[in-house]
Amino acid sequence: MIGVFLSGTTMASYSTNEFRGGLKIMIDGDPCSIIENEFVKPGKGQAFNRVKIRNLKTGRVLDKTFKSGESVEAADVIDTGMQYLYNDGEFWHFMDPETYEQQAADANAVGDAHLWLKAQDNCEVTLYNGSPIGVTPPNFVELDITDTDPGLKGDTAQGGTKPATLETGAVVKVPLFLEIGEQVRVDTRSGEYMSRVKK
Amino acid sequence: MSWQPRAELSVIRERARVYRQIRTFFNTRGCLEVDTPLLMPTTNSDVNIASSEVLIADRRLYLQTSPEFAMKRLLAAGSGSIFQIGHAFREGERGRLHNPEFSLLEWYRIGYGYRQLMDEMELLITSLSLRQCEFSRVSYRALFRQALNLGIDEITLDELRAECARLVPGSEPAALDFDQCLDLLLGMVIAPTMRGYQFVYDYPVSQAALARVSAHDASVAERFELFFDGIELANGFSELTDAAQQRARFEADNRARERSGLPCHAIDEQLLAALQAGLEDCAGVALGLDRLLMVLLDLDSLDQVLTFRD
Repeated sequence: MIGVFLSGTTMASYSTNEFRGGLKIMIDGDPCSIIENEFVKPGKGQAFNRVKIRNLKTGRVLDKTFKSGESVEAADVIDTGMQYLYNDGEFWHFMDPETYEQQAADANAVGDAHLWLKAQDNCEVTLYNGSPIGVTPPNFVELDITDTDPGLKGDTAQGGTKPATLETGAVVKVPLFLEIGEQVRVDTRSGEYMSRVKK
Repeated sequence: MSWQPRAELSVIRERARVYRQIRTFFNTRGCLEVDTPLLMPTTNSDVNIASSEVLIADRRLYLQTSPEFAMKRLLAAGSGSIFQIGHAFREGERGRLHNPEFSLLEWYRIGYGYRQLMDEMELLITSLSLRQCEFSRVSYRALFRQALNLGIDEITLDELRAECARLVPGSEPAALDFDQCLDLLLGMVIAPTMRGYQFVYDYPVSQAALARVSAHDASVAERFELFFDGIELANGFSELTDAAQQRARFEADNRARERSGLPCHAIDEQLLAALQAGLEDCAGVALGLDRLLMVLLDLDSLDQVLTFRD
């Protein structure tokens, strides 16, 4: 990292030579994560770095082209493992399991992750300048079914599915034989039912 | 621990076949194979080429970005037409089609102009290829006209920047000068549409590099590049042989480096002295062998042709 450190702040920057997937940089005032970086130089002329980046605030993916050798401000972004505690109606509260420090994330930061947040589960919270801007739930969560049509007893062979509402409010497709009160394991990345959990 | 080569053994054998064929081609055509140092006290001052420095026996030397200067000194010494297969180095160039260390075939033909050299390149590549090759030629000006309906001689810088902003979203053309805008459009918009072996010739004089200015049109230089499916394979010139003009270009390079905040390079006085002593009219070209091998074998990344890559 090419550091340009001013008193009190950490204004670091990255040269395009350091670009790689996952690097966090500031674009148009927003923290972004580099998804892809391509070096383009058609002949003897000016070289460019074409990058695909995700805006960590909006989730939008965009293309950006830099002159090679340019420097871009680094974003003060860290991903940190935190335990989800509770929702107070407005904020979702998380705790660092080592320091017991708490963070409150608003609906913008939590996004769709709220569908999978269950108290005590360990999540990844993305902090920008020390405040949450994103929450990634565990890849797999185990949640109770709170509502679904009555199960068809013995109907375990046929591949049919029905919608089931889970304790977090998420709706997933589950096999026909499952009942209210049973627990299921879900892949949060795809939102798909994986298996029944024996309590 | 992964210790095995990146390239398949079949690719490594194919490279050997290509090198043998190149040597046969030039030996039967009266070109002398030469070997010049990788490390020299001076280097290319082109603003778009960065050189790697090495400290050896307390001397600061540069890994050569191409063997051009040394080979021109051989030509001035009366070597006649020459060719060289070797490695070249360019700092900071890394990607699917770039590696800071790469293999180059460079050759110079006494008495040739750039058009004759393009003819010879066609013969060489046809002899190396395992299939029928077709080549097309288009001037730099006509390429922009055909691909983008853009007249590079008429367009203003503001109009050109507006085209860049429209055609390459996410670029910041306000920070680009005229030639950088052209580079952006060629690299990002035009090259991906180019098909087959295509020579682009008569580059704007502002991109002359070490090519002589055309005798017929002072706005263009006798420079060409060869592309395959938009991938640059080679860059050649009718060589500038005038020492005073060459010095002026080196000085202009250094002014451009200063403007861009890059280190200036000492002028290669030995090259200028060689030009002063007399360099016959000649044409020369550098052909990237890693990329050529990639193209000949229908591969799509340097990873598949380099033996090892860190």
